Amino acid sequence: MIEFQDLHKAFDDKQVLQGLSLKIRDAETVVIIGYSGTGKSVALKHIVGLLHPDAGDVIVDGQAVGTLDRNELTLLRRGIGYVFQFAALFDSMTVAENLELGLRRRGLDEEEIQERVREALALVDLSGTGDRMPAELSGGMRKRVGIARAIALRPRYILYDEPTTGLDPVTSAVIDRLMVRTREHLGVTGVVVTHDMRSAYTVGDRIAMLYEGRVRQVGSVAEIQETEDPVVRQFIEGRPE
Amino acid sequence: MIQAIGRRSISAIEAVGRFGQFLMDMTRALADLGVWARLLIGQMRRIGVDSLPVALFIAAFTGVVLALQASYTFTGAVPLYFVGTLVGKTMMLELGPVLTGLALAGRVGASMAAELGTMKVTEQVDALETLAYDPQSYLVVPRVLAATLMFPVIVSFAIATGIITGWLTSLALLDLSTPDFLKGLKLFYLFKDVWFGLLKSASFGFTIALVGCSVGLSTRGGAEGVGRSTTRTVVYSAIFILVLDAFWAVVLL
Repeated sequence: MIEFQDLHKAFDDKQVLQGLSLKIRDAETVVIIGYSGTGKSVALKHIVGLLHPDAGDVIVDGQAVGTLDRNELTLLRRGIGYVFQFAALFDSMTVAENLELGLRRRGLDEEEIQERVREALALVDLSGTGDRMPAELSGGMRKRVGIARAIALRPRYILYDEPTTGLDPVTSAVIDRLMVRTREHLGVTGVVVTHDMRSAYTVGDRIAMLYEGRVRQVGSVAEIQETEDPVVRQFIEGRPE
Repeated sequence: MIQAIGRRSISAIEAVGRFGQFLMDMTRALADLGVWARLLIGQMRRIGVDSLPVALFIAAFTGVVLALQASYTFTGAVPLYFVGTLVGKTMMLELGPVLTGLALAGRVGASMAAELGTMKVTEQVDALETLAYDPQSYLVVPRVLAATLMFPVIVSFAIATGIITGWLTSLALLDLSTPDFLKGLKLFYLFKDVWFGLLKSASFGFTIALVGCSVGLSTRGGAEGVGRSTTRTVVYSAIFILVLDAFWAVVLL
C-alpha cells in the first residue's frame, strides 16, 4: 500500500504540495488528475524518493520513504517501476539494452534477462525492436518501451507520469489498453498522473483530483463523473470558466 | 550593496558546500565496484583515444615554436644546444601538461557536462535512480577515474611529440645536430621532471572530470541550461588548472 501523509513540498518560494493525503490500496489503479503545475508529478517522485518532502511523508509498504537511507531506498526502488512523461530512455543504448539495465542490477542470469526482455516487448507489441535505438522510434513507441522497461522488472507498483500526453487519440488509446493489460496480467498496483480524462476513466479504479496542493476529491470513476464539486466538474468537463 | 555582497557570499559558500557533498558522494560510490568497474574501460578508451589527436596536434606545434623561440632568444649569447634543454624541460614541466589540460577541458570536460546535463534535463538520471542505480557510481566514478588514469598517458604522448617536433625543427631550420640536441636535452634532466608533469596531469584529469560531472548533473532547464553548464565547465576547469599548476609548482619544485 502507498499512503501520502500530509505531504508538503515547496520549490524556492512556490508552495507546490500543501498537505497531500491519499491512500492507494494494493492491486488498484488510482489516477491523480489536476491542472498543470499543481504538483502531480512532484507527488509521484516522492514515492520513489527522487524528491524529499519538506513535511509529511509517503509510506510505501510500511516504510516512510523520506527517512530511508540510500541502501534502503535502492531496495524499495527494486519493487517499483516508473514510466516517465517523455519515456526517459537512455539514448545511447538500444531498446533491449534499456530494458536489460534494470534487470542486470537485480542480479538475474543472462537467460532470465533475455526472456524477460522478450516477454516485456511482446506485451507492449514491440517484439523485434530490441536492436533499434530510441531516436529511431515514434513518440508512442518510446512510451511503450518506457512501459516495457518498467514491467520487465515485475514490480509491485507501477507509476505512470503523464503516459498519454502529446500522443494522438489512437496511440493514447493503445497506451490506455496497455496499462489495463499490465494491471490484469501482472496484478500490480498503479498510480497514474494525467490530465487526460478519457485515459483516467479508462484505466482508473479511483480518481483523485489534486487542487492547490492537496486532494480536492477522491472517488470511483462514477463518483467523479457525477460530482457536484464545481472545481472538479469544471476540470473534468474542460470548461474554461 | 552590502546585501548584494552578502547574497553572493552565501551563494559561494553554498556552492562550495554542494561541491564538497558531491565529492563525498563520489567517494562513497567507490564501494559500488560492481557497477563502475565494467564501465571504466569504455570511458578510458573514449577519453584516451578520442582526445589523443587534439593533444598531439597542439604538442606538435608547441615543440616547433619552442625550438624556434629558444634559438631566437639564445642567438649569440647561449650555446645553441640549450635549445634541447629548453624544449625538453618546458614540455615536461609546463606546456605538455598545461596546454593539454586546457585543450581537454574543452574536449573532455565540456563533453561530460553536455552529456550528463542532457541526461539530467531529459530525466534519464532520474530513470537511472528508479532502476536502483546510484548516478554517482554509474556516471561519475568511471568518468573521473578514467580521466585521472588517462590524462598522464595522453600527456606522455604529448610531451614526446613536442620534443620530437622540437628536435626535427632544430635539425631542419636551426642547423643543430642530433647529438647536440640530445646533449641539451640531457643536460639538466631530472627524473622528477617526468613524474612532476604526470602527477600534474593526473590532477588536471581528476579536476576536469569532477567539474564536468558535477556541473552536468546540476543542470536545470532545457537546451539553454545544457549550454550554460558546458560553458561553465570549460571556464571553471581552466581556472582550476591554472590554480593547480601554481599549487604544484609551490609544493613540489
